Amino acid sequence: MQQHIIASSSTNSRLRARDLTAEEIAEIEHELTLYPTKQAVGLEALKIVQRHQGWVSDESMLAIADYLSVPVSELEGVATFFNLIYRRPVGDKVILFCDSVSCWIMGCDKVKKRLSEHLGIDYGETSAGGEYTLIPVPCLGDCDKAPVMMVGEEMHRYLSSETIDSLLPLRNVGGSK
Amino acid sequence: MAKITVDGVVYEVDPANNLLQECLSQGLDLPYFCWHPSLGSVGACRQCAVIQYRDAEDTQGTLVMSCMTPITDGGIYSLAAEQASDFRADVIESLMTSHPHDCPVCEEGGECHLQDMTQMSGHNYRRFDKQKVTHRNQNLGPFINHEMNRCITCYRCVRFYDDYAGGTDLSAQASHHHTYFGRFEEGTLESEFSGNLVEVCPTGVFTDKPFSAQYTRKWDLQTAPSICNGCSVGCNITPGERYGTLRRVVNRYHNDINGYFLCDRGRFGAHYVNSESRLRSARDATGMSVSTTAVEARINEFASEGVIGIGSPRASNEANFALRSFVGAENYFSGHSDAEHEALQVLTECLRDAAFHSPSVRQIEQADAILVLGEDVTNTAPRVALALRQSVRNAAKSLAETSRIPSWQDAAVRELAQDSMSPLSVFACGSTRLDDIATTKLNAGQITLIEAGNALAERLSGRSPIYSDQTLGTTMQCVEATYTALMSAKKPLIICGTGAGAALMRCAANIARSLSVSRSQVCDLVLLPKEDNSVGHALLTSNENTLSCALGKLTKGEIKRAIVIENDLFERAPTALVKDAFAAAELVVIDQIETPTQRFAALTIPSATFNECAATKVNYEGRAQLSFQIGEGSDAAKPIERWLDVEGSAYSNSMIARCAAEVSDFERLSECLPDPLGRIAGLKVPRQSHRYSGRTAMHADRNVHEGKQPVDDNSVMSFSMEGMLTQKDSSVLATAWAPRWNSNQAISKFQAEINGELKQGHPGVHLLKRSLKGLAYDAENSINKSPGEYEIRLVSHIFGSDTLSSHSPAIQKRLCEAYLALNREDALELGLANGDLVSLGGAEGGIILPLIVRTQTPAGVALVYPGSSALGAHINPHDVPEYASLARVEFEPSAHSTGLGLSNLVVNDAYSGAR
Amino acid sequence: MTDRPLTKNIDLSRGALSLKDYEAAGGYAGARAIAGGLEPSDVLERVKDSGLKGRGGAGFPTGLKWSFVPKSDDATIQRYLVVNADEMEPGTFKDRMLMEGDPHLLIEGMIIAAYTIQASRAFIFLRGEYFDAERSIAKAIAEARDSGYLGRDIFGTGFDFDIVLHTSAGRYICGEETALLNALEGKRANPRAKPPFPQVSGLWGKPTIVNNVETLCNLPGILAYGVEWYQSLGSGGDFGTKLFGVSGRVNTPGCWELPFGVSIREVIEGHGGGMQKGYTLKAFLPGGGSTDFLTPEHLDTPLTYGAIGDLGSRLATGTMILLDDKTCPVGMIGNLMKFFAHESCGFCTPCRDGLPWVDTIFRDLESGKGSFKDIDILKDHVGYLGPGRTFCALAPGATAPLGSGLRLFADEFAAHVSGAKCPYH
Ligand SMILES: Cc1cc2nc3c(=O)[nH]c(=O)nc-3n(C[C@H](O)[C@H](O)[C@H](O)COP(=O)(O)O)c2cc1C
Ligand code: SF4
Ligand code: FES
Repeated sequence: MQQHIIASSSTNSRLRARDLTAEEIAEIEHELTLYPTKQAVGLEALKIVQRHQGWVSDESMLAIADYLSVPVSELEGVATFFNLIYRRPVGDKVILFCDSVSCWIMGCDKVKKRLSEHLGIDYGETSAGGEYTLIPVPCLGDCDKAPVMMVGEEMHRYLSSETIDSLLPLRNVGGSK
Repeated sequence: MAKITVDGVVYEVDPANNLLQECLSQGLDLPYFCWHPSLGSVGACRQCAVIQYRDAEDTQGTLVMSCMTPITDGGIYSLAAEQASDFRADVIESLMTSHPHDCPVCEEGGECHLQDMTQMSGHNYRRFDKQKVTHRNQNLGPFINHEMNRCITCYRCVRFYDDYAGGTDLSAQASHHHTYFGRFEEGTLESEFSGNLVEVCPTGVFTDKPFSAQYTRKWDLQTAPSICNGCSVGCNITPGERYGTLRRVVNRYHNDINGYFLCDRGRFGAHYVNSESRLRSARDATGMSVSTTAVEARINEFASEGVIGIGSPRASNEANFALRSFVGAENYFSGHSDAEHEALQVLTECLRDAAFHSPSVRQIEQADAILVLGEDVTNTAPRVALALRQSVRNAAKSLAETSRIPSWQDAAVRELAQDSMSPLSVFACGSTRLDDIATTKLNAGQITLIEAGNALAERLSGRSPIYSDQTLGTTMQCVEATYTALMSAKKPLIICGTGAGAALMRCAANIARSLSVSRSQVCDLVLLPKEDNSVGHALLTSNENTLSCALGKLTKGEIKRAIVIENDLFERAPTALVKDAFAAAELVVIDQIETPTQRFAALTIPSATFNECAATKVNYEGRAQLSFQIGEGSDAAKPIERWLDVEGSAYSNSMIARCAAEVSDFERLSECLPDPLGRIAGLKVPRQSHRYSGRTAMHADRNVHEGKQPVDDNSVMSFSMEGMLTQKDSSVLATAWAPRWNSNQAISKFQAEINGELKQGHPGVHLLKRSLKGLAYDAENSINKSPGEYEIRLVSHIFGSDTLSSHSPAIQKRLCEAYLALNREDALELGLANGDLVSLGGAEGGIILPLIVRTQTPAGVALVYPGSSALGAHINPHDVPEYASLARVEFEPSAHSTGLGLSNLVVNDAYSGAR
Repeated sequence: MTDRPLTKNIDLSRGALSLKDYEAAGGYAGARAIAGGLEPSDVLERVKDSGLKGRGGAGFPTGLKWSFVPKSDDATIQRYLVVNADEMEPGTFKDRMLMEGDPHLLIEGMIIAAYTIQASRAFIFLRGEYFDAERSIAKAIAEARDSGYLGRDIFGTGFDFDIVLHTSAGRYICGEETALLNALEGKRANPRAKPPFPQVSGLWGKPTIVNNVETLCNLPGILAYGVEWYQSLGSGGDFGTKLFGVSGRVNTPGCWELPFGVSIREVIEGHGGGMQKGYTLKAFLPGGGSTDFLTPEHLDTPLTYGAIGDLGSRLATGTMILLDDKTCPVGMIGNLMKFFAHESCGFCTPCRDGLPWVDTIFRDLESGKGSFKDIDILKDHVGYLGPGRTFCALAPGATAPLGSGLRLFADEFAAHVSGAKCPYH
């Protein structure tokens, strides 16, 4: 049983930390061997938990903060600084859609429009069945193959409105063609 | 000293500082936000830009941030250059883009640094016509309002709260122009220094919640210099009144004591003066009110024969002295508990001892190795705890020095030094709020602490130790580590207090003496008493005249009458003893607030609170300081000396002079008074600002007659706008204001240099001369513990353990009820869990307390927090046995339960495991 | 010897080069040169002599940077090497190729750099979205560790060295080397004040060198083939090769290793295959999103730090972004401004509060709600956000395309206001 000391950061907390899973703990423990301070593992731990849980809930935040003995408010400062730490639930897969300059020149706006129609969601939204969350991302560093996007961990390149439909199995229930 | 040229004028400046600080020291108007005189520079806001020229030939110059620019001898700069002033105007325009147009309803309005800087930077017309960024606010508890839309992202709040004050629950979140400063979730800010956010924030994001509820603009507050009565540190404050009620307290800069910061007990505790518990009229034993004439007659009667006086550590020197004169020195008794009285004898002896020096708060910040022995500084003298957080940073600063990083480069110093800290040893019973910065922590019961103290003193004195690894075990490791740290320090410091008890104080003195001898230099020793005038009261009381002696005389009927001033004896002696004494005596009580003692009084008389009269008090250093009357006060609640009508009591000045003349330790007391010659043309100094509004209409609801302003015969200050606000004599600084500087940042205009002394400011006077050549105290250690018994240690809490502040409505929202704490193992062994009721066996009537598991409680020790007397249901700490067996009980604890619960408790080691 | 020391082994269709293949192609020869008895000071001299400049954007001489690490024989002082692999500058796609194609080249470069500054530990700060690079580097590190190239006493030099791969979570500011250090320490990635420089007080306050991936990949060649060979590559005052890239409406966009001094025309028209049919080149950013626009009249300029600098722009990352005649320049700049405003860390005022204003003005211009007053405000911001005014170089980077764009495309800007819509739509 994990002993639960009320760190001063959570004394007047309405929320309770969840228990980290054994896998999460093992991975965090591994990271702890690589860095000289616990604080340094904060972002790694957030990513680990996000990999397992899909996103980082308040309860997870408290759990990580407790585990690393860092104030949860400080961890929140880090979590909310980074674009790719999700503090709200996301779909099974996150679509990082590059809307930076090269992709824009190569017509990503049209692709995005098609993608949005296809999934029935705009930036920041999750498709009705919870499959996809669409998020814009700064330049993905694949500008010679623009427009590009990343679905999960997989890059999709040379996108066009036409390729979108074949790439993503999902159909917008809202019914667009 | 270095010479620099700024806009053609040559100045002599200190090369150790940055350009901004030196410009301000020279009285120049240069806008800034993120820089703070105590927090240093980070270069975030870009508001302090100036032009730096390579040499006299350079006409172009480069734009630099003055706060990030070290002084170079011969440097040439311009504040006025168009390039710089245009840029500063651009910056303020940027900062204002999302700032709301809410000055008329903003509490900061009229004392807003952002308003001042906007004007100074010349941003008048708004070009930004896009949508503003908005934020959600959080409820941050009873002290602080949160209005994030006003934020200009200067990062001062988190730099103060986290980096400076060690808070952990406020942080910068999100980023770019959505950057947000708040807690992880709504809830009370936990730091005991949260109130400083009000003053650190340059605009109205963090404002004073109790003040908001009865808001008045800064210029409409009647103010005067005052001294906090929250504890023995004696922080300088500026209370503000309107319509005869205290509205708020803000920091008043004192370079030796509080600097720019107060604790929350001081800032929010002062509101007790408006509370329901205030005594508003004299009354007899039946509660019937008594006329002033009748009161005076009764006091006259008392004067004629056999009466004793019991003084008080929360009454002023003048009040205590008046009582002493009234009853005669031989009939004047200590209002301290016997234990406190004994501890204060050690304290005052040490204040006279030439081997020691009692450092000011500022000097505490300079210590580079510290031992805190048994005193829970955060909860008894909070401002000192804040200073200790700065002293452990001296290691970082000296590291920076070797890497040639100036100490004002705040972020750079922290990045370089990471968590290297100067050694701080905390020898304490249970967790303390300084544990996070302690490099050595000895966590043990009183017996071990005394042993450790003795062992350390011996180790330092070079005598062969009577203790060894064998006898002390791991304790000895802490002793060794502390020994090494203290011996290798340049400025070692020993801290103890009366909360730790006389025995530990003697240990502390022995340690300091050994250090002093072995290094042949005076050693810094801080001994902290509990209350704001503990030292003053102790100096007026003879050693023999203990409280129990007084109670004994009454019980035995040797004397029939007693006057008790500003004291609740049920906090000073066991209930039974007090009751017996009161049963036998005729009692007159003079106090500001209602206390249980008054239930036994034939006559209860209201006395003036700190804001209603002038007074002097003596802090832990033996420094006497004067506080001025703020408002006109009322006839119902007079200062004690005036009730007693002793010679000279009509004027506080003459009372002070009499005290100085008649009590040898108080010889220098008159030096507390401002120099009447320092005033311009002999004019009085106004307590009201030149913008004070509505004076003639203030009482129009009661009387359309526009009366004369009351006259203050008692001081150099007037109860009006008339007179001369002096810029030079900051000893009568009603409030910090200077042309173009309406916020508290105006203080720089009154400092000889930034962070330096106030111009002609009055630092107070050290009353005692150090002439004594003291000897080491005998090592002592008595154990009366029977097997199976727990050692009971009383603990203090910043909110609740101080009598007066506990009556403040805001503070009351932070109180928790009395409890008993054990560690997990002991609780388990006794079959106890959080919330269970525990009886402290043996004690008559039985004391029953709810249990809270505090994991850091030493084995075999039970911590008892007796609760707050302000709530009526608390435990007389003197009824708590030193040792007791504990047992679980089942029945309702109605006697001690206030329904407050323990949820307000802010400690680092509460165990929240399932009940 | 080769004239493509960085990419000779790279064939992305094959995936990352394994340790075996890397060694078969002559890899780790540079590291072995160290084992042959080179002292750290010898390596430092060679790198200084080579004239290698940092490829992260600023072009600062690498040897000189290393020499600022305080000299001390005290081996107990921890020093760190940090690889800046955060590549997030819009239009920049060069480090990705190196890491995905030839990770051992980077590791070898790191060994050489670490040995020189005597850093026993290195961190690769990798952009979080680069999953392929993460996999290839992780595998390469494991291979190198298994072969004893990382760990204790590497190559029998008595020098211990190991690498930690840190993946970030998406923030452009983390590429700024001091913000990167804060991120590695687990803090918010606000940049740090300089001085003190990381060489003196860096990661956890210890002496630290931060180098770009491409910079480090130059080192094995320099050690294996010598300074003379290195200097024989390149011309116009810059030595060695550089990854140059083109994105936009060319026929064959891509990234190629070419010697310094090659002309812009050769890259765009030669390697890039020229503009696509129906598009003509209107202007281009020569080195990523933080550089000033150049125009077709500059096409014959040699690609060197000096020559591009003389034109008032910067070579920076060497990856060009082309603006064609059918694409709205206001839209393109607006796209960049949105990026910079979003990626501002929020620490200093001009960047945090100035860029969002700039960004909203572009949104208004695009939707026909802009005014001439807005354009004046944009111009004001070019100076206000410029070099020396902000805490770090992010905002000045944004002013490069903004300032040059306002000058070059004044008509287009005005047309957005007077026509109350984007003329390209
Ligand atoms: C906002 C900003 C982003 C940057 N991003 C990167 C980056 O992604 N990769 C990189 O190598 N350098 C980046 N730099 C430059 C680095 O600060 C630093 O100069 C570089 O890593 C030094 O390496 P070098 O000397 O090998 O070029 C960035 C600079 C700024 C101001
Ligand atoms: S210019 Fe300022 S706000 Fe912008 S990224 Fe740099 S430090 Fe942060
Ligand atoms: S005061 Fe100098 S940058 Fe803020």
